[in-house]
Amino acid sequence: MSIFIDKKTRLIVQGITGRDGSFHAKQMMEYGTQLVGGVTPGKGGQKFEGTVPIFNTVAEAVKATGADATVIYVPPPFAADAMMEAADAGIPFIVCITEGVPVLDMTRVYPFVTEKGSRLLGPNCPGLISPGKSKIGIIPGRICTPGPIGLVSRSGTLTYEVVYQMTRASLGQTTCVGIGGDPINGTNFIDCLAAFEKDPDTKAVVMIGEIGGTDEQEAARFVSEKMTKPVVGFIAGQTAPPGRRMGHAGAIISGSTGTAAEKMQAFEDNGIAVAKRPIDVVDLLKQATR
Amino acid sequence: MNIHEYQAKEIFRKNGIPIPPGEVATTAEEAEAIARKFGGTVVVKAQVHAGGRGKAGGVKLAKTPEEAKSVARDILKLKIKDLPVTKVLVTPAADIATEAYVGIIIDRASKRAVFMVSPAGGIDIEEVAAKTPEKILRLAVDPRYGLQAYEAMQLAFFLYPDVKQARPAAKILQQLYKAFTRSGASLAEINPLVTTPSGDVLALDAKMVVDDNEIDRRPDMAALRDESSEDPSEVEARNANLTFIKLDGNVGCVVNGAGLAMATMDLVKYYGGDPANFLDIGGSSNPEKVVSALRIITSDPNVKAILFNIFGGITRTDDVANGIVTATRQNPLKVPLVIRLTGTNEELALEILKKAGMSAMTDMDEAVKKAVQLATGKGKAA
Repeated sequence: MSIFIDKKTRLIVQGITGRDGSFHAKQMMEYGTQLVGGVTPGKGGQKFEGTVPIFNTVAEAVKATGADATVIYVPPPFAADAMMEAADAGIPFIVCITEGVPVLDMTRVYPFVTEKGSRLLGPNCPGLISPGKSKIGIIPGRICTPGPIGLVSRSGTLTYEVVYQMTRASLGQTTCVGIGGDPINGTNFIDCLAAFEKDPDTKAVVMIGEIGGTDEQEAARFVSEKMTKPVVGFIAGQTAPPGRRMGHAGAIISGSTGTAAEKMQAFEDNGIAVAKRPIDVVDLLKQATR
Repeated sequence: MNIHEYQAKEIFRKNGIPIPPGEVATTAEEAEAIARKFGGTVVVKAQVHAGGRGKAGGVKLAKTPEEAKSVARDILKLKIKDLPVTKVLVTPAADIATEAYVGIIIDRASKRAVFMVSPAGGIDIEEVAAKTPEKILRLAVDPRYGLQAYEAMQLAFFLYPDVKQARPAAKILQQLYKAFTRSGASLAEINPLVTTPSGDVLALDAKMVVDDNEIDRRPDMAALRDESSEDPSEVEARNANLTFIKLDGNVGCVVNGAGLAMATMDLVKYYGGDPANFLDIGGSSNPEKVVSALRIITSDPNVKAILFNIFGGITRTDDVANGIVTATRQNPLKVPLVIRLTGTNEELALEILKKAGMSAMTDMDEAVKKAVQLATGKGKAA
């Protein structure tokens, strides 16, 4: 098993003819994801790579293909509209890779998408991968391997680093989810932890957080109150100065809240094993799953 | 993006918020002339992107134009939190009866714009929140409808029991919400919002932070950027499409991805060094970016070693390797370089570096350890 996506997931790509969209659409097809269509307004009727039908609107794409997931690669000024269009077309799972979506746009998108009953992952996220089954987004397939560990992270390349170390140590993954680095995002740590708790194949979970906000602290309370599976945590940004945006729009210590120390403490207080270095995740996982 | 008080006040004024007049001076003489024009006592305020201006001596009263000149001269010499003061705002001093705080922030938990108001104004709102949280009222705004009149009145009555003040304050709150959304702000603040002895409600200070993600579609906001009040290396980095934050340490870091960049800095600290910077070269693999990154880092005299940590996903490690070779040919490095790269096109990257007489490591911990040893001279270099 896996969470959110599996072999049956039928995906469309919004922005399939763009530079990033087309590159990653090919990578996803090669990985084995069922890519059933793409959307680029004005290119409806054409084919991507000679096989995948392109549509003008998401509604048309859903009607023709029965897609149940979409991934968005459109530029930031159009991303909010793309997310809302997907939700309005009834797509239950929406992944937005786009970085740079204005936060005020997200205050409108979030209630719209949730009220339509869709799950949004991102924006500003690398997507997710269920190794050996399906991937949506940009996580490199070759660094992952199937296995019993679930992983959820706010980061991109740091996730790759940790997954790569896990794979080298033969700790395979059920699903790796990147929830993204923006202050307002669709799916949070708790959503993923709850899904991993329910998934019978997931035996332990890795949670990679960073400075900014209180998502990790709330997730830590969830772990102690609701989870039976062991959780290993890492927090990036122990050396980050307050008041500065560390690359991710959401990675900022506001006043004295959202520090790495505060989050690591919350992890420890709630029974989460805290990795001091990314590589320590591997040893802690081995101890937890022994 | 932070904007200055005088710029935020201009935006607030355009949205109808009552604010006393004020003008900006870049020299002591200009400040004197402005003070003479206003007559009476003026306040001279440093325009700088840092909190705690008052404590740092950046806000002074002046009773005469001559005094305004001399305090402006002092303030224009200041550095507040390492940022030079290049402008002062001169504004007539107001008579104050009461001071309140009103602000809007983006609240991550409710995923909405949230008003925070407090009758305890004029001081740091974080301090109020920590010591007397009952003195703060919060209200999350539904973005579809905006701040309703009755909501504004609820907030205003929390500040002023007298409807004569609550009504104009409610109007100010609605105008502030308009200013906030129209500017693409992530924060807008009036601290203090004052009442005068004659009963008027006025905004004496203004603060606004514009969401960096809004800048591209709002040229009016982009035009407010003041590069003279930023660290020059951060300006250069932004122009090269790099995310760079200068720190005080001795190990320069070049990393792809924000999370990995933070984790790399933390690991430098873990092994006994101090990171000189945060630098994310991003996902694209343009060799030019590497050249710019090295130029910015080597301009910091504190840097004693440079560490590359690249995990190739979208980023192609061979492009980074090409960038390193080009940059070091153009400007030979005076400090040692440690390169760690792994992932996409790793073999190609190692070959490129080898041909140029350089080598790379594939393990993050080993690379960080070596960079710290080279920077600090501690331990034995691997």
